[in-house]
Amino acid sequence: MGHQQQDVYFVPSKSYWPIVAAVSMFVTVFGAAHWLNAQPGQGGFGKPLFWVGIAMILGMFFGWFRSVINESMAGNYNGQVDRSFRMGMMWFIFSEVMFFGAFFGALFYARIFSVPWLGGEGHGVLTHQFIWQGYEAAWGASGGGGPDKIGGAFQTIGAWGLPLLNTLILLSSGVTITIAHHALKAGHRKALLIGLGATVLLGCLFLWFQAHEYAEAYEHFNLTLGSGVYGATFFMLTGFHGMHVTLGTIMLAIIWVRCAKGHFTKDDHFGFEAVAWYWHFVDVVWLALFLFVYVL
Amino acid sequence: MAHAATHDHHDHHGAPKGFFQRWVMSTNHKDIGTLYLIFSLTMFFIGGAFAMVIRAELFKPGMQLVQPYFFNEMTTMHALVMIFGAIMPSFVGLANWMIPLMVGAPDMALPRMNNLSFWIMPFAFLLLLSTLFMPGGGPAGGWTMYPPLSLQGESVAYVIFAVHLMGISSIMGAINIIATILNMRAPGMDLLKMPVFVWSWLITAFLLIAVMPVLAGAVTMLLTDKYFGTNFFNAAGGGDPVLFQHIFWFFGHPEVYIMILPAFGIISEIIPTFARKPIFGYRAMVFAIASIAFLSFIVWAHHMFAVGLPMGAEIFFMYATMLIAVPTGVKVFNWVSTMWGGSMTFETPMLFSIAFVILFTIGGFSGLMLALAPADFQYHDTYFVVAHFHYVLVTGAAFSIMAAAYYWLPKWSGNMYSETWGKIHFWSSVISVNVLFFPQHFLGLAGMPRRIPDYNVAFANFNMISSIGGFWFGASQLIFLGVVIHCVFFSKKKAADRSWEGAKGLEWTVPSPAPFHTFDVPPVIHDDELAHGNTEH
Repeated sequence: MGHQQQDVYFVPSKSYWPIVAAVSMFVTVFGAAHWLNAQPGQGGFGKPLFWVGIAMILGMFFGWFRSVINESMAGNYNGQVDRSFRMGMMWFIFSEVMFFGAFFGALFYARIFSVPWLGGEGHGVLTHQFIWQGYEAAWGASGGGGPDKIGGAFQTIGAWGLPLLNTLILLSSGVTITIAHHALKAGHRKALLIGLGATVLLGCLFLWFQAHEYAEAYEHFNLTLGSGVYGATFFMLTGFHGMHVTLGTIMLAIIWVRCAKGHFTKDDHFGFEAVAWYWHFVDVVWLALFLFVYVL
Repeated sequence: MAHAATHDHHDHHGAPKGFFQRWVMSTNHKDIGTLYLIFSLTMFFIGGAFAMVIRAELFKPGMQLVQPYFFNEMTTMHALVMIFGAIMPSFVGLANWMIPLMVGAPDMALPRMNNLSFWIMPFAFLLLLSTLFMPGGGPAGGWTMYPPLSLQGESVAYVIFAVHLMGISSIMGAINIIATILNMRAPGMDLLKMPVFVWSWLITAFLLIAVMPVLAGAVTMLLTDKYFGTNFFNAAGGGDPVLFQHIFWFFGHPEVYIMILPAFGIISEIIPTFARKPIFGYRAMVFAIASIAFLSFIVWAHHMFAVGLPMGAEIFFMYATMLIAVPTGVKVFNWVSTMWGGSMTFETPMLFSIAFVILFTIGGFSGLMLALAPADFQYHDTYFVVAHFHYVLVTGAAFSIMAAAYYWLPKWSGNMYSETWGKIHFWSSVISVNVLFFPQHFLGLAGMPRRIPDYNVAFANFNMISSIGGFWFGASQLIFLGVVIHCVFFSKKKAADRSWEGAKGLEWTVPSPAPFHTFDVPPVIHDDELAHGNTEH
């Protein structure tokens, strides 16, 4: 099986992982929906079902990727399969870009249109006059809570403290993963493991600071998810980004283990590259966040 | 567990034996395509049943059969089931079956992910349809889920998660289709020699990947607004309910073209076959599809003319929308030019295709009327809109899918369907669908609002006519079911490899029914075999 020719098509064998994945996803969201609708203080099967679903998804990822890695290590995949994987990853990242686009769109709309309109600008003049009289449109602490100051008065996170530090951390991690990639291509195993390991650590550091920032916002600044449209866009954008960093860090850690086990060669290391692409994508999203959420 | 990973090579010679192994663990594009088509046909009848409830309630003025809330559940569910459960998966099913055959690939590029894309769908619809049986009832705020109305009730979370699952399925399906088309073409199958159907799906898949995540974002904001106290769509918190409409329609308008571009592709395959002429203006057809896809991203607010947009936006979106008529007109004229001077025969797929060209164009014209912002203030949320989008979706998308089913059934099953019953199905459908939807134009222009279970007695006659057409059209689809079942299981008439005299393209060079595995090695392609092999002439 190791000597696949380039001009013979490869079709993978049947697998039960897809149906396991579909069932796991169903269990997860069914549990989550029940959990969300449960009355406060009431038990119910939603919460346990959700966690069972999450465990099933993790098990599914483990099993599915293990089988793919085994097939890859056995040399079953040819250049065409490799190209299909690359296209799959590229278009997946594009879909992620569009997902973040929806939330950035909401941020821009709130800042450029809805908040100024509520303050009486443009065609919002009558709305302001009759419904929201006295609201002075502004962004951030002074107006982002909306006319009813929903969530109460809050302070915003300054851009030049932790967020700047986090920017530097993520940018450095982009450098370390590139060093690791060059080391992999040059066959320098030690530099590869150090570079990739540093990237994982920087990812963890970023997450730790981000968690610290959230705690700060909730405890000292009264900046919460419910702090008007400012709080909503702030936490949803940084929160989804944080989830992606978490995922990326886990993927990097797995790739580190695979590097240590010697799974990758100089010319054949798509698993590494896919995660590196993903990490760069997360990095770029952060730069947009830093600019539009924190600085401006 | 690790045994799943080991390679069983006997798998390459025929279908696996066990039912579970063959259909649930499949990596075969034909089996998965069949699953998609069966699933979408099932959903077509479920969504159709909801429509029958709607038409029965509207048969006469006054409250007839159901409670108003249940009526609203029916309109909401009918739309969700038909759009996400019937039309979209059936196009994906056709793509699964035909694209590998058309480009000379052994299978889809990522076969296991392909199987996952399918198997998410039944679970997503289990989740969605289960809400109908829950204490609070199902979603009743319309398929567009506008807040704050849509945030009422307990079904919100279920509907949103169902939409998430459908989105994941669509994105993975689309990634697979793009990778198949760009990476799996046999040597000699140049991009500009591909069947128009493959081109239309390449562009549709791009649209899906671009906008399904945006829908996911929009419904996620609904979810957090309801359950986690965010204020995206709450003016008191600085948000705006209209923001949801912007995000939703940024998804929604490309979504409309996701449901019609593959139809354009199907019609562009069928008309040349039965006109026995190459398609007129192949490149123009491809570029027209691409132009429509591009324009679909900059016209979304024409769904929102009546919400109070700034004047500049109204004018921009009005003109941008009208621009779409140009590439669409190119396509319609090219189909007509393809038929011009051809030696035409009128088998059932061709009849559905010709009906598509005429009736879709009527839907396009009413769309042009709706694109006029000042006129839309009158038409908005009336039955005129309902008539418009049913002309483009039923006589457009659904008719093209039926045309495709009749056209490729011989290739799928190895048997010919009954031409007589196919024609009975066609004529019954094409007459009843006009009885059903044409009067709705008049109702809308006279001011009858959509999504209301009761109406002024002045609208009684046209509603009764429309309902009669509705029951007739619904019953006609049972003929379709009968024709398909007869063709697959009972038909004695074997199909030739090239089932239609004028058919060209790689799919007609393989046996009928298509063997479990086609193209173990890349086929040698001669331009003369292809429908569009000699596009220079």
